[in-house]
Amino acid sequence: MTDAAITVEDVRKTYGGGGGTNRPALDGLDLTVARGTVHAVLGPNGAGKTTLVRILATLLRPDAGRVEVAGCDVVREAYAVRLRIGLLGQHAALDEELGGRQNLELFGRLYHLGARRARARAGELLERFELADTGHKAVKQYSGGMRRRLDLAASLITEPEVLFLDEPTTGLDPRGRAEVWESVRSLVGGGTTVLLTTQYLEEADQLADRISLVDAGRVVADGTADELKAATGGDRIDIVLRDAGQLGAAVALLPVPKDTVSVDTDRRLLSAPVTDRMAALAGVVRALEEAGVEAEDISLRRPTLDEVFLRLTGHDDRVKEAA
Amino acid sequence: MTAATYALTDSWTMTRRELARWKRQPVAVLVGLVFPVMLLLMFGYLVGGGRGVSGDYLGFLVPGMLALTMAFGLEGTMLAVTQDLNKGVIDRFRSMPMANGAVLVGRSAADMLQSALGLAVLLAVAAALGWRPHGGAAGLLGAVGLLLLFRFAMLWIGIHLALVAGKPELVQAVQILVWPVGFLSNAFADPGSMPDWLGTVVQWNPMSHTATAVRDLFGGPGGEPGHVGAAVLWPLALLAVFLPLAVRRFARLSR
Repeated sequence: MTDAAITVEDVRKTYGGGGGTNRPALDGLDLTVARGTVHAVLGPNGAGKTTLVRILATLLRPDAGRVEVAGCDVVREAYAVRLRIGLLGQHAALDEELGGRQNLELFGRLYHLGARRARARAGELLERFELADTGHKAVKQYSGGMRRRLDLAASLITEPEVLFLDEPTTGLDPRGRAEVWESVRSLVGGGTTVLLTTQYLEEADQLADRISLVDAGRVVADGTADELKAATGGDRIDIVLRDAGQLGAAVALLPVPKDTVSVDTDRRLLSAPVTDRMAALAGVVRALEEAGVEAEDISLRRPTLDEVFLRLTGHDDRVKEAA
Repeated sequence: MTAATYALTDSWTMTRRELARWKRQPVAVLVGLVFPVMLLLMFGYLVGGGRGVSGDYLGFLVPGMLALTMAFGLEGTMLAVTQDLNKGVIDRFRSMPMANGAVLVGRSAADMLQSALGLAVLLAVAAALGWRPHGGAAGLLGAVGLLLLFRFAMLWIGIHLALVAGKPELVQAVQILVWPVGFLSNAFADPGSMPDWLGTVVQWNPMSHTATAVRDLFGGPGGEPGHVGAAVLWPLALLAVFLPLAVRRFARLSR
């Protein structure tokens, strides 16, 4: 046994058989996740994230390649894998008509905990996810965030070794998102290995030890959040000038190579990658003031997923998919 | 515990899930039970008297309504499976170390229970209206058996359709389509009174065989001796096709 909780080697999957004209959902994807870590799979819609999770969770068979979860092969030892995993799918997989407690007891029984332990476990999880007061209510009356927390609780009934979260916060409002993030963070201490997929750079940044950037069914970049950000030029500074005529002068003042600065004349906007946020901000404000260049607005921000993508894949798939 | 015991306990757990749902939505269950009663009253007293049926129309209508209720069960099964598929609940079950078949077995058991309950309610209302079976206890049991067998066939067609289509829109289409298919039977009228081609279609409808056999077992009008065989064979034939198809389709969710 290695210390990898998840091993994916050259996995391929095309829906509707490989012979047709369908684009492969996974096209030779490789991935290794170390035990006890949180790994984010980041990519746009249609990159193959959900297909990957479905294969890892034994819901879908890969066409080719090797996939092991918790030391077991997902095809040949599917049952053993199922004993060791928890799954949080894209949609809250709950019985809407039943109460929160009833849902957890149902799943507990299906994990063969027995009636008494299923009941006790449901109680514990409701406490832990702050749903104890609403456990009797039908799930259809829950808010999005509550639903997601109950869903997460359901995937933790057996304290799985490996937990899959497929876009855990898509469709949630900021508060629901914060609630889910908090819950995921609390898991990490327990030694659970977590693989989560997301479209949000910030989410990967907040939660993950390592990030795999996925595009068109392959991993295009892999590393810690810092490594990836360094690869994309880190944070960016946006400067809006009062006078478009001064854009050229302003570019010369920025402490970065000229070819990394993007200029939008219509919006009188300069955008440049920076490494040390605060130092860059202070430096830019001082330099502009000394040169007499008047700024209307200066802001620091993380690179957007588009910018990361553009940088790492050389094409902007997200925009294309959205169009 | 062995795999076989797990299969049993898991199926029972899944059945109990449905029972718990009933308890949560008593009104929906009640509406489901009252609806066929409404149809019975409507056709028995409001629209009144089927074409080509002389004399005891209630004796003709009750078996037809019983069969129609079983046929309409198809849409309930399909709706439930479609919802589970679309909510991802079936995905969760499939990612768990539970017996594979329990999802479908639990669904069948719960739907059969509901249909048995539906039959009991409809029979009780019919009895209150003055209808009586004339075939004795054996006839009654045999009729209920045939009706449930027919329902069981409808159930697996429902599961198969849900697994094939998996879209709520298609459930709506089926909910509409069961009406003409249900009425293209001898539930309300004697096929002898219809145009030849239509009568032939109606007589081919598996539901008509069940209704005719049940009429015979109840000793009412419209019954034909010797129809029990067809009322057994038709559902069995449908099951022989759709049960394996549905099971295969379920296994192929991983493709």
